[in-house]
Amino acid sequence: MRTKDLSYWLFLAPVLLALTLVVIVPMLLGVYYSFTSWNGIVTGEFVGLQNYIDLFKDERFLDSLWFTTKFSIVSVILINIIGLSLALLVTGRVRSSKLLRTTFFMPNLIGGLILGFIWQFIFIKVFASVGEIIGMESLQGWLSTTDTGFWGLVILMSWQMAGYIMVIYIAYLEGMPKELLEASEIDGASTFQRFRYIVFPLVAPAFTVSMFLTLSNSFKLYDQNLSLTGGGPYNSTEMVAMEIFKTAFTQNAFAYAQAKAVIFFVIVAIIALVQVYVNKRKEVEM
Amino acid sequence: MRKKWDIKLEVLGGLLALLWLAPFYLMFVNSFKSKKEIFMDTISLPAEWNFDNYITAFEELDFMRTLFNSLLITIVSVVLIIVFSAMAAYALSRAKSKLSTVLFFVFVAAMLIPFQSVMIPLVTVFGQFEMLNRGGLIFMYLGFGASLSIFLYHGALNNVSRSLDEAATIDGANRWQVFWYIIFPILKPITVTVAILNIIWIWNDYLLPSLVINTPGSETIPLKMFFFFGEYTKQWHLALAGLTLAIIPVIIFYFIAQREIIKGVSDGAVK
Repeated sequence: MRTKDLSYWLFLAPVLLALTLVVIVPMLLGVYYSFTSWNGIVTGEFVGLQNYIDLFKDERFLDSLWFTTKFSIVSVILINIIGLSLALLVTGRVRSSKLLRTTFFMPNLIGGLILGFIWQFIFIKVFASVGEIIGMESLQGWLSTTDTGFWGLVILMSWQMAGYIMVIYIAYLEGMPKELLEASEIDGASTFQRFRYIVFPLVAPAFTVSMFLTLSNSFKLYDQNLSLTGGGPYNSTEMVAMEIFKTAFTQNAFAYAQAKAVIFFVIVAIIALVQVYVNKRKEVEM
Repeated sequence: MRKKWDIKLEVLGGLLALLWLAPFYLMFVNSFKSKKEIFMDTISLPAEWNFDNYITAFEELDFMRTLFNSLLITIVSVVLIIVFSAMAAYALSRAKSKLSTVLFFVFVAAMLIPFQSVMIPLVTVFGQFEMLNRGGLIFMYLGFGASLSIFLYHGALNNVSRSLDEAATIDGANRWQVFWYIIFPILKPITVTVAILNIIWIWNDYLLPSLVINTPGSETIPLKMFFFFGEYTKQWHLALAGLTLAIIPVIIFYFIAQREIIKGVSDGAVK
């Protein structure tokens, strides 16, 4: 097949058409709209960088950006620690390994929206009633403050994503040559030494994959945010994706929301490009 | 020494598994209780296994119809993504040229774009052409799903020898036949991965359908669940029964295709 063949273009046509109309054209239009005063109906006039100047003074947007960043950092660390621990546990000497994997992975299959609703019940109702029984004041009123909303989201995400990250670590751990571990055991290496000097260097690539995967997933979070806290109380647990949505569809400030969406794209793209760069550098080293 | 370690790990694993399942347990047992019973006790089993909540939730969710909508949209979208992405990846991997490299790069680069960045113009443009309906939704899923699928197929195709193509061509097969009869069957493992990744994503997607589907009666499960939950916020017994219903299809799918799902998800992430 050559690029001038008709068949080449026929094979490519459906996806090219879909990608162009669904992603490329809206993206270009979006960048253009972000320089106008478009409100969804009237194209509006060209306002230059005004939307971008405004959004860097927009406290609600900056707060959501800060909240999202804090949330992402804490989630990435927790999810990776839990995910790696679970992976080490199920690849260790346990007979119920398969059953455990199945269990830990399960939350990933269910949509974020539904999981958020289930956890809303747990935080509001179950926490309160358990708190009453054991007399812990701190279990009352979850999700009604910014802090409990924050930790609520972190708990939900860690519970959901740890099993996913576990699966990635397992893929690397099981690809590890067994002879190496056995040899080191015979040579008298302790569990810690084996982990530090053999397991850790070999699963290092898994860290890169998992870190960036959790980072970009946490940063783009929307469904769980919507169903667990809805951004409340007083928009204080609102993450960037939700803030953009509300600016567009609640306040009808389309062009302004689009400028925020462009900034959002730039941040997400930078995260991804850093990952590509880190991977490339690793390959050279190896 | 070694055996003792075994048991400790086993117990630890068991306890963690129970902790992981606790949210589902709480959802399940409370979905059978009355409003008053939930108010008094959220931990223990219900006094009696009463299906009243389920009957109400089943009717309010219009469950069979909503389930059908989700199945329809997911199946059609995933089949189209598989067929068209595999074809495109085949063309890109067999016609080696600058153009193919550029197009492949464009598809991969599109993965960087978060949904929120195109959401507003997308909805406006499709709205103008009166494409905010299920057909439009499926077309959008093709556009959003193609990139990763092409990427996965492209990787797999690079490991399929071109001598197969050549042999079949010499035997008189045309491109279409070569692809569908010779190449596509070889790609089956990656097709399973592509199918699973797209099924999970599309089945659970809430935001896109919420923007595109606005005719009553064509809602998918997450969409209907969102409205249902909004109506019954203070009535946890009904909300939980609805949530349990919404999860059942996924659990069944997981039991049937567990191995493929875990493998597919890990392949998709690692590549």
